[in-house]
Amino acid sequence: MRLKGAQILLETLVREKTEVVFGYPGGAVIDIYHELPNYPSLKHVLVRHEQGAVHAADGYARASGKVGVCLVTSGPGATNTVTGIATACMDSIPLVVFTGQVPTMLIGNDSFQEADIVGITRPCTKHNYLVKDVEELAQTVKEAFYIAETGRPGPVLVDLPKDVMNAFCEYRYPSVVKLRSYNPTIKGHTGQIKRIMAEILKAEKPVLYAGGGVISSNGSKELISLARKLSIPVTTTLMGLGAFPEDDDDLSLGMLGMHGAYRANMAATNCDLLIAVGARFDDRVTGKIDEFAALAKIIHIDIDPTSISKNVQVDIPIVGDVKATLKHMLEVFEKEDRKEDWGEVRKDWLQQINEWKNTYPLEYVQKDVIKPQFIVEKFSEATKGEAIITTEVGQNQMWTAQYFKFIKPRTFLTSGGLGTMGYGLPAAIGAQIAFPGRVVIDIAGDGSIQMNIQELATAVQYKLPIKIAILNNGYLGMVRQWQELFYQKRYSNTVMDIVPDFVKLAEAYGILGLRATEPKEVVSVIEKALSTPGPVIMDFVVEPEEGVYPMVPAGAPINKMLLV
Amino acid sequence: MRHTLSILVENKSGVLSRVAGLFSGRGFNIESLSVAETIDPMVSHMTIVTRGNDQILEQITKQLNKLINIIKVVDFINGDFVDREIALVKVSVNDSNRSELLSIIDIFRGKVVDISLDSYVIEITGDEDKIKAIITLLKPMGIKEVTRTGTVAMSRGSKTKN
Repeated sequence: MRLKGAQILLETLVREKTEVVFGYPGGAVIDIYHELPNYPSLKHVLVRHEQGAVHAADGYARASGKVGVCLVTSGPGATNTVTGIATACMDSIPLVVFTGQVPTMLIGNDSFQEADIVGITRPCTKHNYLVKDVEELAQTVKEAFYIAETGRPGPVLVDLPKDVMNAFCEYRYPSVVKLRSYNPTIKGHTGQIKRIMAEILKAEKPVLYAGGGVISSNGSKELISLARKLSIPVTTTLMGLGAFPEDDDDLSLGMLGMHGAYRANMAATNCDLLIAVGARFDDRVTGKIDEFAALAKIIHIDIDPTSISKNVQVDIPIVGDVKATLKHMLEVFEKEDRKEDWGEVRKDWLQQINEWKNTYPLEYVQKDVIKPQFIVEKFSEATKGEAIITTEVGQNQMWTAQYFKFIKPRTFLTSGGLGTMGYGLPAAIGAQIAFPGRVVIDIAGDGSIQMNIQELATAVQYKLPIKIAILNNGYLGMVRQWQELFYQKRYSNTVMDIVPDFVKLAEAYGILGLRATEPKEVVSVIEKALSTPGPVIMDFVVEPEEGVYPMVPAGAPINKMLLV
Repeated sequence: MRHTLSILVENKSGVLSRVAGLFSGRGFNIESLSVAETIDPMVSHMTIVTRGNDQILEQITKQLNKLINIIKVVDFINGDFVDREIALVKVSVNDSNRSELLSIIDIFRGKVVDISLDSYVIEITGDEDKIKAIITLLKPMGIKEVTRTGTVAMSRGSKTKN
């Protein structure tokens, strides 16, 4: 079958089971857009800014576990994707981003809308390609999907010069990918797994430290059964929230790290065995690195060998897929179990944790002004862990991480590694496209919602009933909090008193806008929003100078928390 | 500690940039780098000389292996490899230093590859210490220019990387 480059691209997308493409047309991709209507199984979502396209594809990928796909034009279209790509790269999210490029004979001439996007994105993609010959196109697209979703997932960019999209060649869908230089290890080393199980069985104060890898490998079920069978408490990272049900009062410690729960940070500091599962010892988790889990033996399970012994020296490393490795560990355990009552064995340790929990639980005091934490709690109660929650970045993100009870994986979408403000709204769009029937809520701040607010039009266009809750404190709150605590309250440029009237803004987009200014209005606003079929903006006027606590000052050990 | 890394990569455009970018982006140091095709035109061979403690070298090796186009990385840490470098040295020459210069070249088994009225271009091959040594000896005579290839390395014996 002789096809044109643009047709080969779309045909291959269909064969790779792509259902949705988030994109924005332009001169360099006009030929692809011209062919697109001939492929009705590919739904195209027209965003309002290319950064929104990548975050939406990212939200789609995190919520569904499938590869997110974007299509944008050359030059500014391509450079606008960079923040989205870097966000996905830091959080290991599988994306394939197609960018248009000027015709091959013009590359390097500073042509109109030319950018060396392969050069620009080399350090923030898992891999990238410039397709110079239409004969290589199908194979390249196939490889891009394969690389994006296998091993440690990540974004792959494919740059498509306009003349390649118009060139013809014989099309054959490549059924296999063989890359001599890329072979991720899936199955963990059997000997190491036995050593790990031996350590776990003899540990007195073990803690499971679960990260985003548990979610991306779909290993939540295995994690839960390992933790429950052996009565091991579990703390999750920001990226790992949802991997272990937070309504498990005995074993769930909540999040650890800079804004972690007191009990989680104390448990990580005092444990004698730390089992890191798909987590990477990020500086926001460890605080002062030499004092992190200093008393413990450290086991590290990760699919990416570079994560191991990068930040801390590990006693027993295992390179392998989290789900496969946990499964293997459970099998070994079943064989070697001494039929002990593990709840009894761990009684003292769990009791100690419970004491920490009771000494300093997460708490706030609400009087006449709405506390942001209260709003998050009410959303949590109203949706019972069934909703998909996205956040922006800053205080809104940390309060959501602390006060929302996540009980299922893939229900919390947030920019963890890069910390990208403006992520939440487009990510909510992507999640809602993946799951049209579920409740999707973006918990935002008044600062960060403005970073990609143009995507409201996208939500309206595709009738996506996403709910946007703005915790409006009139500040860039997280930076303000740092200025309050460490910079003598000099609120340099964190006062953002000029923001749009978000209710009127909602109306301008033809959607419902609601506002709550007093605590007693919060629940009714939430109920009204959740029962409205379309998109809704909720403007919650909250305590302006509320802080996120506990807080570990930068560079301090994580058991030295500011509690109020 | 100094390490010589021998790396097989797919011979594709952009690979050198990925490797160089990895070193600069993660704050690793390249002391020298050389790259050329192997006997298989699809594969190139890079030799990188770098410095760092064991933990840094472990990271460098792992990060290199993580790059999709990299086929194999070997860290030559022990003495079981040979390494060579070529230097071209342009030296001022006159009647008073000509014979001394020629004898130094002879001792180092170098070659004069270009002659003009007042200068020689000398080709010298050896490991880094040897190159350093001859440069030290030639310096007082007036070195006009030095160009070095950077180290290339290979394991001893019949072992191969493929």
